[in-house]
Amino acid sequence: MTARQFTLEDLKRILIECAGADEAVDLDGEILDEGFEAIGYESLAILETGGRIETEYEVCLDEAVLSVHATPRELIAAVNELLTVAA
Amino acid sequence: MSATTVVTGLGVVSPNGLGAAPYWDATRAGKSGIGRVTRFDPSQYPARLAGEVQGFVAEDHLTGRMIVQTDHMTRMALVAADWALADAAIEPRGLDGYDMGVVTASSAGGFEFGQGELRKLWSRGSQHVSAYQSFAWFYAVNSGQISIRHGMKGPSGVVVSDQAGGLDALAQARRQIRGGTRLMVSGAVDATICPWGWVAQLAAGRMSTSDQPARAYLPFDADARGHVPGEGGAILVLEEAGAAALRGARIYGEIAGYGATFDPRDTVGGTGLHKAIEIALADAGLRASQVDVVFADAAGIPELDRAEADAIGAVFGPRGVPVTAPKTMTGRLSCGAGALDTATALLAIRDSIIPPTVNIEPAADYDLDLVTGRGRPTPVRTALVLARGYGGFNSALVVRARNPHATGPQAGPDHTERTR
Amino acid sequence: MSTRRVVITGVGVLAPGGIGVKNFWSLLSEGRTATRRVSFFDPTPFRSQVAAEIDFDPELFGLSPQEIRRMDRSAQLAVVATAEAVADSGLDIQTLDPYRVGVALGSAVGATMGLDQEYRVVSDGGRQDLVDHQYAVPHLYNYLVPSSSAAEVAWKVGAQGPTTVVSTGCTSGIDAVGYAVEVIREGSAQVMITGATDAPISPITLACFDAIKATTPRNDDPEHASRPFDGTRNGFVLGEGSAIFVLEELDSARRRGAHIYAEIAGYTSRCNAFHMTGLRPDGLEMAEAISVALDQARINATDIDYINAHGSGTKQNDRHETAAFKLSLGEHARHVPVSSIKSMVGHSLGAIGSIEIAASVLAMAENVVPPTANLHTPDPECDLDYVPLTARDWPTDTVLTVGSGFGGFQSAMVLTRPERRPL
Repeated sequence: MTARQFTLEDLKRILIECAGADEAVDLDGEILDEGFEAIGYESLAILETGGRIETEYEVCLDEAVLSVHATPRELIAAVNELLTVAA
Repeated sequence: MSATTVVTGLGVVSPNGLGAAPYWDATRAGKSGIGRVTRFDPSQYPARLAGEVQGFVAEDHLTGRMIVQTDHMTRMALVAADWALADAAIEPRGLDGYDMGVVTASSAGGFEFGQGELRKLWSRGSQHVSAYQSFAWFYAVNSGQISIRHGMKGPSGVVVSDQAGGLDALAQARRQIRGGTRLMVSGAVDATICPWGWVAQLAAGRMSTSDQPARAYLPFDADARGHVPGEGGAILVLEEAGAAALRGARIYGEIAGYGATFDPRDTVGGTGLHKAIEIALADAGLRASQVDVVFADAAGIPELDRAEADAIGAVFGPRGVPVTAPKTMTGRLSCGAGALDTATALLAIRDSIIPPTVNIEPAADYDLDLVTGRGRPTPVRTALVLARGYGGFNSALVVRARNPHATGPQAGPDHTERTR
Repeated sequence: MSTRRVVITGVGVLAPGGIGVKNFWSLLSEGRTATRRVSFFDPTPFRSQVAAEIDFDPELFGLSPQEIRRMDRSAQLAVVATAEAVADSGLDIQTLDPYRVGVALGSAVGATMGLDQEYRVVSDGGRQDLVDHQYAVPHLYNYLVPSSSAAEVAWKVGAQGPTTVVSTGCTSGIDAVGYAVEVIREGSAQVMITGATDAPISPITLACFDAIKATTPRNDDPEHASRPFDGTRNGFVLGEGSAIFVLEELDSARRRGAHIYAEIAGYTSRCNAFHMTGLRPDGLEMAEAISVALDQARINATDIDYINAHGSGTKQNDRHETAAFKLSLGEHARHVPVSSIKSMVGHSLGAIGSIEIAASVLAMAENVVPPTANLHTPDPECDLDYVPLTARDWPTDTVLTVGSGFGGFQSAMVLTRPERRPL
């Protein structure tokens, strides 16, 4: 069975649900390699987002990628790696 | 000699008006905000009326980041605090953070938020509980969020004493001003109109089961049959009088006196409330005859109305002072009530009019001079605000007009010596 | 300004592994830990499954079945600790003017246990959004508004003066006592029954701390799970408990020949205005609170003999606090023993500040500083003297105790022997 994919679009959707769409954050801008803090999300927003990903995708994320210094690219890669294993 | 504490800004969120000016217009005119509950379907419950804040759109005032992490009552409190600071013409970011503190009252915290998370916990599992639950429910949330929003780092706090809490918070804020803090944001905004909060309130057995908004909450009326709960409250900006005068602030009035007592278990006599009034008047250095109006707690339960009427009568004599309960237009706002009544009293002082108690026909045997039907134009220099909390909490707060020429501490007995 | 001086003349404690002052002190001075796998319910689904629980039977302490039914566990703990404190003070409250006796009780999360249990019932296990009032217990309103716990304490002692709950998250236990001090200083009460209580070990509390990864996942070694200032620390251990004090004016305490544990010489609270749960590493606002509390006490930083730290055992807190001590006390921070009793009794949220005040005054009484248990691995960012593992005989006249809480609250209190204070 093919592994489920976790995309930037999925991340954006969950970020908006969990952390709110702050007017100051342009999620459609080039955000993949910006740290979460730099694009306007503090620790709680990331923890909430991480928790939602964990329950929705049934994975258990490492704390290192749930840091405000991690980037969306790193988080997406981590989720997909776990999804591959899970599949 | 203690510093004098004055009020320089008001932020109001009320079922009959959003913002101090619309609220005051509605209140003077006797316009009620009580109606059938819309925030959930109340059909299955014995009580179905509430004072709900109407037209409050959080997105108009707060960012998405703030909205996801807050309960409805915190959102309203944040907006009320913004309005109070704007009304006071204070730009907090321009002031030293340690010179500003926040003291609010809470009763049940962010109960609706908590309800949602409890539901997730028990229906879907602990992993579904939000990261925001760790503070969105807890009682300190409004003080913390207001402090963060405005960079206020001074002495802050939260008191919980059910409906008496709104006055207790203002008194605690005054203590901080007396202790040397220049500005305090204080008051309370409350809301528990969610199924879980409704059921918890029903358990106390004090809610009115009437379906007629004009007949449900009738304090001091022979048909009194419980109260209608409401949501909302007021946030006030308090300043040290000298500092307020120095910056040319518009002053609503002075927080002049406060007293608090607590009743022995299973007693509903007015003795404790009577004592609280006496302490507050002594604290303000006033005689009973100098009080122009009493804002009653107005429980709407016959024995509690009787106790309050006895306490007022014991201090002021039969029909010795005008008494009003504008909360008949909003329902009882829990800890929001004392703060909103204090704001209302200050507006009454400003405009020389006592707002009315609506819908009631005063029962003659209470011997109260209740202001009913329409507002009563009369000079108001000094007002006494009363609030009682479930379990026996009694608080009394005196506000009075500020002599525009006085800037320093007023002459009078030293507060700290009054009880010796 | 008022010159009334406020002292502690009675202490009551209910802590994990330490029911009553005597047992509490034994636990601390022997460096034993009371943390264990959660036994109140099955913790298996939770990330953190460790807590510091009290083996508490309210009936043994004379609470009637009615009282037990109407009080949440947090109120029960407070009422029992109150009885010990009042007896310890030797004060006959019945002889006082009841309007001059008040209550200020700290609590961060109120009747969480009761609310969690009852929600489950009225919602049929979370299945109903429109919860059913017909299944609600008659005292549910007491759980809704936690001022009911202050009411229970006031009724128990016959207090009719200013009564309230002070709820500032994890600094509630310091702030409630600070509030009581202010009430006595301004003359609004002669005696205050104060302190704090919390009984948060419920599924909802575990779940919310799981969600922010604040509690430790060290489930394989519960007895050593709370590791403040240790390099391997990874979160706090939830606890429960209550500590209650009798506060009165120094003059009246002396007149009646009361045993005086300590004078509360300085108290301040500040906010970091930064984040609801996060701390800036510089500790600036806590340092400010400490400095102001010392000024108020008219005590020099170098006169502090012991610091009872917040020491929760989260990465962030212990670093933040260490920085705050250095900033406010300067070089003296390196010479004064600092310890965290949370290593032994866990973190009982709003209650712990008062339990730590109790530990502080007992340290003064015994001239012994309690240790930080489980501290084996140094952390380069936490480089003070944290009194690892074993208690230390140490002349202790003046103690600084601090707290830090969600909402950004930072509180500091200075306790000393009244005769040490130049006035």
